[in-house]
Amino acid sequence: MAAVSTTPRQRISWGTANFVVIALALIPVLWLASLSFKTPAAVLDPSFIPAQWTWGNYTQILSTSQFIRPLVNSIGIGLIATLIAVVFASMAAYAVARLRFPGKGVLIGMALLIAMFPAISLVTPLFNILRAIGLFNTWPGLIIPYIAFGLPLGIYTLSAFFREIPWELEKAAKVDGATPFQAFIRVIAPLAAPGMVTTSILVFLFCWNEFLFAISFTSTLASRTAPASIAYFSGSSQFTVPTGPIAAAAVVITIPIIIFVVFFQRRIVAGLTSGAVKG
Amino acid sequence: MAEIVLDNVTKRYPDGALAVDKFTMDIADGEFVILVGPSGCGKSTTLNMIAGLEDITSGELRIGGEVVNNKSPKDRDIAMVFQSYALYPHMTVRENMGFALKLAKTPQATINQKVEEAARILDLTQHLDRKPANLSGGQRQRVAMGRAIVRDPAAFLMDEPLSNLDAKLRVQTRTEVSRLQKRLGTTMVYVTHDQTEALTLGDRIAVMRTGLLQQCGSPQELYERPYNLFVAGFIGSPSMNFLPGTVDQGVLRTPLGDIPVTDRLRRGLERAKAPRDLIVGIRPENFEDVTLVSPDNRPYGITFRATIDVLESLGSDVFVYFTKELEQGVDSQELRELAQDSGRAEGGVSGDTIVARLDTATRIREGDNAELWMDARPLHVFDPRTGLNIALEGDGAAPPATGGAA
Repeated sequence: MAAVSTTPRQRISWGTANFVVIALALIPVLWLASLSFKTPAAVLDPSFIPAQWTWGNYTQILSTSQFIRPLVNSIGIGLIATLIAVVFASMAAYAVARLRFPGKGVLIGMALLIAMFPAISLVTPLFNILRAIGLFNTWPGLIIPYIAFGLPLGIYTLSAFFREIPWELEKAAKVDGATPFQAFIRVIAPLAAPGMVTTSILVFLFCWNEFLFAISFTSTLASRTAPASIAYFSGSSQFTVPTGPIAAAAVVITIPIIIFVVFFQRRIVAGLTSGAVKG
Repeated sequence: MAEIVLDNVTKRYPDGALAVDKFTMDIADGEFVILVGPSGCGKSTTLNMIAGLEDITSGELRIGGEVVNNKSPKDRDIAMVFQSYALYPHMTVRENMGFALKLAKTPQATINQKVEEAARILDLTQHLDRKPANLSGGQRQRVAMGRAIVRDPAAFLMDEPLSNLDAKLRVQTRTEVSRLQKRLGTTMVYVTHDQTEALTLGDRIAVMRTGLLQQCGSPQELYERPYNLFVAGFIGSPSMNFLPGTVDQGVLRTPLGDIPVTDRLRRGLERAKAPRDLIVGIRPENFEDVTLVSPDNRPYGITFRATIDVLESLGSDVFVYFTKELEQGVDSQELRELAQDSGRAEGGVSGDTIVARLDTATRIREGDNAELWMDARPLHVFDPRTGLNIALEGDGAAPPATGGAA
């Protein structure tokens, strides 16, 4: 990309286009950030920069278990679901990338099917199932569906990474006396580690952002995740809308994502495009 | 240390493709055997079957007297060097070399000692704590060898271990491999597509083509007594010249002149019930500038005149290229396949350029109409239908059935 020479005119037109796209994406976020620093009285003030800066919204949400507890839930549920999904996805991806077995096409097809399945149509049946088996409003009640949706994502990204590992390494390990499991753990998995990190990030972001299941399968703070909890914020009276705290909470749950993206930008892009060029 | 016996080993892929067809060979303990052939001939598949990386469809494979058909690679006590070296990129040289021992739960002190000893042999001591990515091609190749040595296995399997090295290093490493094998005295099976590598390294060479073992023998044997057209054309550099020939009234008529049919050849012709039209094979070194041939030797060959198209002087040898008008071409399926396999666009009888190797003392210049002498004694005569070497049949040493029936 860097090698392509550009005329000044091209540079200006690209620059303008980029600016417009970035502005469109960033203005709502900045607006949200600005809202989160406004006092309740100034919420309807149309000026972008708050006339009076306040941390009040943040102290309010971070001082109650209404938001702290869901944050803990989000982190816990996200980490557990990611860990399990990536471990299973790596095994499945390895099989998809390396082994020939009957039903491989079906497996890949099913994974794709799950990834494509409209989640909204699953809410009612899953709700009934979770209630029937007593997992409604529990961590596992969210972890299990998250794993189910994280797996296809993981299998697809990881199998692309596995395909790039030379097969001779595995042969070498086998000749060196490794069992297939040892070859996987000692040779293949360490080499696929970058792929696993990428996949973990993608799966974690999915779990972190998920709202539909979170709002449907939880009823109390015991398992409600951060995005869902925002919907339950209440104002100081029943007639006030808690705009400030909602904005502050939205900013808080966006921060981890921003950090992730800034630090792992290259990896995330690699994960999203892996297999697109080679594969 | 162990002998390896392949008894009618066959590999057929699920899609029906036959990769290796009834490969039979006894590899003695401590022997250095080369599997050579053009790409796709089944040599690597054979090696992978010995290693246990590919299943054997039928036949029996014994290592050290024990049938190992269904044993996994780790239970076969063999070490393998791969073409790509297949070093573990996340481990240091030391860890790479010690990996097999570690898996075998060898005490760390023993591992260290063995790794350091192997590193000393291979001159890798100062690189032990580096990662493969920071090593040169030659060093990586040595690490791959080291990984095999530390195991002290029953046999070494090498899959084109030198093909990723540059030409000079390849020659150098070739000698090292040979020396190493002599020193360790371990059975070694070595796969290559390079006939020069095969001739220089092996105690015994097995030439393969399209899954079939063509001939198995010492380098000298393959060179002097090739069973069929394929082996004759594959072994030797530059490769053997093939000309059409016709047996007529006790002489073999070739574009270069008439050659009297020897008793040996006549016996072979009778035994093979050969047709009149044959393929004659002459090695480049069987030609000479006639002025340099002693009068005593001249009667053993024929002399002829040819216009020299190209002359290449390599210092130690002079190669001359000339063409001969052919009255009639001999068409042979075998020759066409040979030309294809060896990557020559044209070749065999229809492409009638002949290569001759002459003594450097020759005065012949490019464009001369020179008089050349051809030694008729080491002549090879092939049956165009089967590709078999008829001259050998005259000795009563009939080539095996697998020889040229393809």
